[in-house]
Amino acid sequence: MKKNSGIIDRLLFFTLVPSFFIALYLVFIWSPVEKFMGAPQKIFYFHVGCAWVAFMAFVIVGYYSVRTLINPNMDHHIKAGISAEIGVIFTTITLVTGMIWGKSSWNTWWTWEPRLATTLILWFIYVAYLFVRKMDGSWEKIAKLSAVFGIIGVINVPIVFMAIRWWNTKLHPVVFGDGKNQQGGGIEPDMLVALLFSIFTITVLYAFLMRKGVEIEKMRHIVKKAKTKAMEKLAG
Amino acid sequence: MTYLFMAYSVIWTLIAGYVVVLGRRQKELKKELQLLEEWNSEK
Repeated sequence: MKKNSGIIDRLLFFTLVPSFFIALYLVFIWSPVEKFMGAPQKIFYFHVGCAWVAFMAFVIVGYYSVRTLINPNMDHHIKAGISAEIGVIFTTITLVTGMIWGKSSWNTWWTWEPRLATTLILWFIYVAYLFVRKMDGSWEKIAKLSAVFGIIGVINVPIVFMAIRWWNTKLHPVVFGDGKNQQGGGIEPDMLVALLFSIFTITVLYAFLMRKGVEIEKMRHIVKKAKTKAMEKLAG
Repeated sequence: MTYLFMAYSVIWTLIAGYVVVLGRRQKELKKELQLLEEWNSEK
């Protein structure tokens, strides 16, 4: 099992490093410069990739939260926590790069547009989730309470995704599919390749960080147990 | 171009920041494990 785990870690790492360079090449050199927005449009590839991976991370939090509620298990609790941490990092990236892109295209850092507002709410829910996990008390109690937050948060994921399709929005364009008052603009084939490869790379990064984070957190739990035992021995 | 640079700087900084946090957690654990091993061998 440990041997397999090492192989998977190495496989992920050696996929991740060249993928990053290929993604950067595709984004900055291979894909064409957009006619109207110019160079800042290249923010799009990693902005969308990070948003996609953040959604995936929160769906995984939701999955492990449901499992934790059904059967409180340290393994599920740890996996949900690390996935939430990574999800918050990627949502932060999405929000900040979105603001920068917004400033360059809309000439404003922030607007209370449905996609932006729902993403910010999603970010707040999972930041709260991470704070709940840091509370004092038995791990079972914290695991159950945080699982509730994890499930509430995951309900918001499809709302964020559908926000620009359900509500009338003039600023955030629908790229794929159709919106309420707009048709999806689609994307150039070269840009699509760069986008899909960026999503793939960030997904591999997520998998790598997730495995490392879970491994460290499990080890921390073992050390904590050993420390408690040692203290008991010392006292006894 | 400034906006593009800003955006990618944010991306790399946040990802690198999280990797550093994970690295620190691992380092702290190694220290604690070492202390436990020392304590165990003294007993």
